[in-house]
Amino acid sequence: MAMPQLGESVTEGTISQWLISVGDTVNKYDPIAEVTTDKVNAEIPSSFSGKITELLVGEGDTLPVGEPICTIEVEGAEPAVEKLVKNTAGKAAQKEEQQDTSMKRRYSPAVLRLAQEHDLNLDQIAGTGRSGRITRKDVESYIASAPKEHTIESPSDMHVPQPSAAGCFSEAVAKEAAKPAVHASRTFENEAGDHVVALTGVRRAIASNMLRSKHEIPHAWTMIEVDVTNLVNYRNQIKGAFLKKEGHKLTYLPFFIKAIVAALKEFPRINSTWAGDKIIEKKAVNISLAVAADEALYVPVIKNADEKSIKGLAFAVDELAANVRENRLSPDDMQGGTFTVNNTGSFGSIQSQPIINYPQAAILSIESIVKRPVVVNNMIAIRDMVNLCISIDHRVLDGLITGRFLARVKELLENINPENTPIY
Amino acid sequence: MPVLSYIEAVTQALDEEMSRDENVFVLGEDVGKRGGVFQATKGLYDKYGENRVIDTPLAESAIAGVGIGAAMYGMRPVAEMQFSDFMLPAANQIISEAAKTRYRSNNDWSVPMTIRAPFGGGVHGGLYHSQSMEAIFANVPGLKIVIPSTPYDVKGLLKASIRDNDPVIFFEHKRAYRLIKGEVPVDDYTIPLGKADVKRDGTDVTVITYGLMVHYAMQAADKLAAEGISTHILDLRTVYPLDKEAIVDAARKTGKVLLLTEDTKEGSVISEAAAIIAENCLFDLDAPIRRLAAPDAPAMPYAGPLEQAFMVKPEQVENEIRDLAEF
Repeated sequence: MAMPQLGESVTEGTISQWLISVGDTVNKYDPIAEVTTDKVNAEIPSSFSGKITELLVGEGDTLPVGEPICTIEVEGAEPAVEKLVKNTAGKAAQKEEQQDTSMKRRYSPAVLRLAQEHDLNLDQIAGTGRSGRITRKDVESYIASAPKEHTIESPSDMHVPQPSAAGCFSEAVAKEAAKPAVHASRTFENEAGDHVVALTGVRRAIASNMLRSKHEIPHAWTMIEVDVTNLVNYRNQIKGAFLKKEGHKLTYLPFFIKAIVAALKEFPRINSTWAGDKIIEKKAVNISLAVAADEALYVPVIKNADEKSIKGLAFAVDELAANVRENRLSPDDMQGGTFTVNNTGSFGSIQSQPIINYPQAAILSIESIVKRPVVVNNMIAIRDMVNLCISIDHRVLDGLITGRFLARVKELLENINPENTPIY
Repeated sequence: MPVLSYIEAVTQALDEEMSRDENVFVLGEDVGKRGGVFQATKGLYDKYGENRVIDTPLAESAIAGVGIGAAMYGMRPVAEMQFSDFMLPAANQIISEAAKTRYRSNNDWSVPMTIRAPFGGGVHGGLYHSQSMEAIFANVPGLKIVIPSTPYDVKGLLKASIRDNDPVIFFEHKRAYRLIKGEVPVDDYTIPLGKADVKRDGTDVTVITYGLMVHYAMQAADKLAAEGISTHILDLRTVYPLDKEAIVDAARKTGKVLLLTEDTKEGSVISEAAAIIAENCLFDLDAPIRRLAAPDAPAMPYAGPLEQAFMVKPEQVENEIRDLAEF
């Protein structure tokens, strides 16, 4: 006998009084107990004729509807034998499924998205889903277990990584460097006398960074020329005293950086990064500086360049250059750059198309300062001229803002004098 | 904190709102002297008198219509439909008048009325005492539909519904009335309408549901936790309009979604949830969106075994979650 349901919202009942005891014989419909619920009190009738063999609950006990309350031995009935048939076939089927990999390459949208964002090879991931399917959780735990080995961070990530080696270079060289990174679709034969150069880690990093920048960033390029006669005169006046007093050479580079940084503060969009679904304008102005070594190119960073004087910048440039030469660069020296300055003029170049230092938005090359005849006030004059070349990420920047930025740099450089540009 | 049953939380919320605001009154069949067929209004007649606890004739259209008129004149009626199955005669009043009055009068008039209606199956109630009616009203802008799952939510949501300045249909699950008990603070609190609630945090499978099915999902989740399957459970609480943001968040959480209702499947509230997920979460989904619901049959059968077959059962919920987890 089970606790009956005594009303639509009634889910339990309390046996208030047993009307029979063990050993009693009852007829069908005889009252056997009084039950109280919070809606009704009722006598419950027996559903069978037979002998009461056991009372399973005591008076005052509350139990859910459907729970047994007593047992009745019904005349002529066989004692019920509990059937315990467990379906073991189910387990076996599951075992077999483990071997089945028919779903291994059937990817869900979530799995494909994660694989794309983290540049994963799904063949390397074990699937724990049905028939070997790779689940979203499988990919997530794969990423979590070995983030460095397997992933290249997505450009849409908020924290944007800095390449560990060179991020900028002139295009012709970059093409050469990129070749090894391209999947070997053909083999290159080397003939007698050729010198085969094994790739160093730095060279591989340069190659992959250049390739990535060129693949992902739609580059645009422009150039302006700047009359830096005032700067040349100013620097000539003070360079001797500076060397004597500070022990460092005073080059043109700190003056250029100073002007660029000032313009970057006015045009934060240049000092930004493309982040997939948004553009992030960086608050910090950290200048990556391309520094060449014999076999490689590094881009160490002058942190918070906007807080430094000409002297501070000069010292920072010297220190980074020395670190590169003496192989003392720490990973930290390479981190956090927001804009790159490339001093191609030091090779005598007068024009270049730099590749953007991924994931920054722009890179600027300072070419050689050369004396040229130019027209000033309708007269031909001999002036110190320099070309500034800029490559921009055209997703982030358009010609207009780039042009205004360059015009501002030009204005600052052409008007340099001891009053507005103190050394200290 | 006192432990109350689901229905005691209803009574407490009504009592508190009636003593707090004299514009609140109750009307419905047998709600007065009898205290309601389920005893939801027990004691209110003695405490507040026949003018504030009004026994009505057996005419649901009149119960709704009187409520609408009173509400437009500044009262806050709480109308009881004895069973949600009998709401249909009132549907014209609710859909054509209550839902549209603010819009039609350009904000001059509003209907701050709450309609309470017991719903749901598994109570051996047969065709006319077992239905889920929410989908019929869940396509009527201007209405809000609340379906609480716990005594705590009952009190907070019913008080918020009564204080809401527009019509709210408040469905209470008959089977939950005395089955579900839980802690309910004695103090005066409300729960915002339109906000779903994460009832359990998990990482493998998301279950989005409401009403009694929340408890089936919780039971299943407890069992599955022993097998290492972690279930995330979102209780919609307000089924119209839906909390889209919470649904999208919950779906993204695991990428495997089971939508659960005891209503018949086609055109149910969870079908709308499925559409929201499909519109927003394609690239987060790791499995097809699943729905578990009653069969598309005209009504809950009276015969015990057939009622069992019709009702969604905790074991089914468990099996569906496990199946999704293994997918």
